[in-house]
Amino acid sequence: MSSLPWGAMARLAGRRALFAVPVLLVVTFGVFAIAAASPFDPVKAYAGTAALGADQETLDRLRANLGVDRPVVAHWWDWLTAAVTGDLGESSVLRQPVAQVIGERLVWSTLLCAVAFAVAVVTGTLLGVLAARRPGSWLDRTVTSLAYTLEAAPVFWIALLAIWLFALQWGVLPAGGLTDTASEQVTAGQVASHIVLPAGVLAVSQLPWFTLYVRQGVGDALAEDPVRGARARGLSERTVLLGHALRSGLLPVLTLIGSRVPELITGALLVESVFSWPGIAAATVEAATAVDFPLLAALTVLATAAVLVGNLLADLLYGLFDPRVKLNDM
Amino acid sequence: MAEAAIERTWRSHGTRRRSTRTLRVRTSGALVALTVLAVLLVPPIVQLDQQAVDLAAKLQPPSWEHPFGTDDVGRDLLLRCVYGLRVSLLVGVAAALTATIVGTAVGALAGALGGWADRAVMRLVDTFSSVPHLLLGIFVVAMFRPGVWPVVVSVALTHWLSTARIVRAEVLSLRARPYIDAAVSGGASRWRVTVRHLLPAVAPQAALAAVLMVPHAMWHESALSFLGLGLPAHTASLGTLIQSARGSLLAGQWWPTLFPGLFIIIPTLALAGLAGAWRERINPRRRSELML
Repeated sequence: MSSLPWGAMARLAGRRALFAVPVLLVVTFGVFAIAAASPFDPVKAYAGTAALGADQETLDRLRANLGVDRPVVAHWWDWLTAAVTGDLGESSVLRQPVAQVIGERLVWSTLLCAVAFAVAVVTGTLLGVLAARRPGSWLDRTVTSLAYTLEAAPVFWIALLAIWLFALQWGVLPAGGLTDTASEQVTAGQVASHIVLPAGVLAVSQLPWFTLYVRQGVGDALAEDPVRGARARGLSERTVLLGHALRSGLLPVLTLIGSRVPELITGALLVESVFSWPGIAAATVEAATAVDFPLLAALTVLATAAVLVGNLLADLLYGLFDPRVKLNDM
Repeated sequence: MAEAAIERTWRSHGTRRRSTRTLRVRTSGALVALTVLAVLLVPPIVQLDQQAVDLAAKLQPPSWEHPFGTDDVGRDLLLRCVYGLRVSLLVGVAAALTATIVGTAVGALAGALGGWADRAVMRLVDTFSSVPHLLLGIFVVAMFRPGVWPVVVSVALTHWLSTARIVRAEVLSLRARPYIDAAVSGGASRWRVTVRHLLPAVAPQAALAAVLMVPHAMWHESALSFLGLGLPAHTASLGTLIQSARGSLLAGQWWPTLFPGLFIIIPTLALAGLAGAWRERINPRRRSELML
């Protein structure tokens, strides 16, 4: 891995970016079309309780001012041209420009997801290898059934039980937020103690998938000829397991990592709102509860873009690590 | 001697595997049957009011009288959970049925037409699946709140994609079979070939996808309800039960949270176990594949 094929990687990224443009256009338009088809009335939402006492004339004027009756395409086009210049509109629930909301909160979400994903990958590999070493052993059966159970358990439920156990019963970890309520500043130590529970729960929700795939991959690799050859040459079990079976068994898993972005976003949506983590996913739920359309639209598009980047990452890893695939052909 | 020993280990290994599989299928089947029976029979037979408030007996831990304990206004949690399961399962089945019908229609159309129509439809499916499911669900529900139908539609809207992919792939592989060629050269129209030959052949795959989709749809409904965006709070679904238990959880009472969650996990695992066995049966070669 001394020199990476930068040229081929850049070309693949470029092609994917070209594909992403129509996808994002369709998604943004879909968002506006759904909003236009919904019974939600922006005028009533804007006026709030004042709409109850207002006469029809005032409401009509407001309607004209807000431009509610213009066609969807016009709304969409205005939003799109403004979005290209970086103006995503104003969030009504957080009383901030949408771009600022995203800028402030993206850091915390990225931190949470990165920590959780790293924990899930390391733990999942470890458990997967341990389970694959002796298929059918009690360890294998325990790990597998635990993985299936965790896969079936809703992440918000796990989060609540974790709060009950660690924050309330044992009192070892804070129950939510980014810092203690008394704390004025965001310090690294505060964040470190507050991230343990949410990141741990998010990791647990990603863990089953990873463990089961590693177990499958390593288990299959252990039954193949290179491993048999290595054993016949008298290599130690450790070398066979880590040097041969894990290397070829981990390959398909590595390339699938990028495609886990949607599940990670889904998990983050639920975990952040349980733990009041000030990230972008919690803002999405707030925006949805208050029907804050500008924020919701921007976040939907942002999440779609993240998924597309994840897919690109998956393809790049696939092309880099699998010698049978050429990046130029993808 | 050695051969006999090997023979014995192989055979005992094989029977043990088969018996654990049978055991798994039987347990799953029993649990699914129990779920369905509880959902169908408990409300009409047990003449108990799930909304019956008993403030004197509020937040009691599990006991013989209330096996799952009581909630913060003294309602029996076992009864609430059964009613919640009923609502969640209904929403799940309705959403899975809608999604399967839409997905099968779209997938069969794309596969049967082929050419540019197929490419266009599949590009649309790719585009749709680039939006995280729960996020799209949240968006739809937020705009069309409140009620049961927005939840069903939002779950269906995000779940038809996988069925469409499965059905299309199946139709494409069927199109190369001789009996389809025979039907075409016999003068059957494209419509007739699709309805009489292709759709019946993809039905088992589509049905399997539908069964596997029910737990997904239940999960989706509970997640939306838990976020306060799904079913209205007075309708006891498993999600709203967990949502309304948050207050008592912070006060240290674990049972109103624990039991509704178990009611999501157990049917999910049981259905997955049954669907796995069914898949092994209709497609034995894919036995080693993961069931997730």
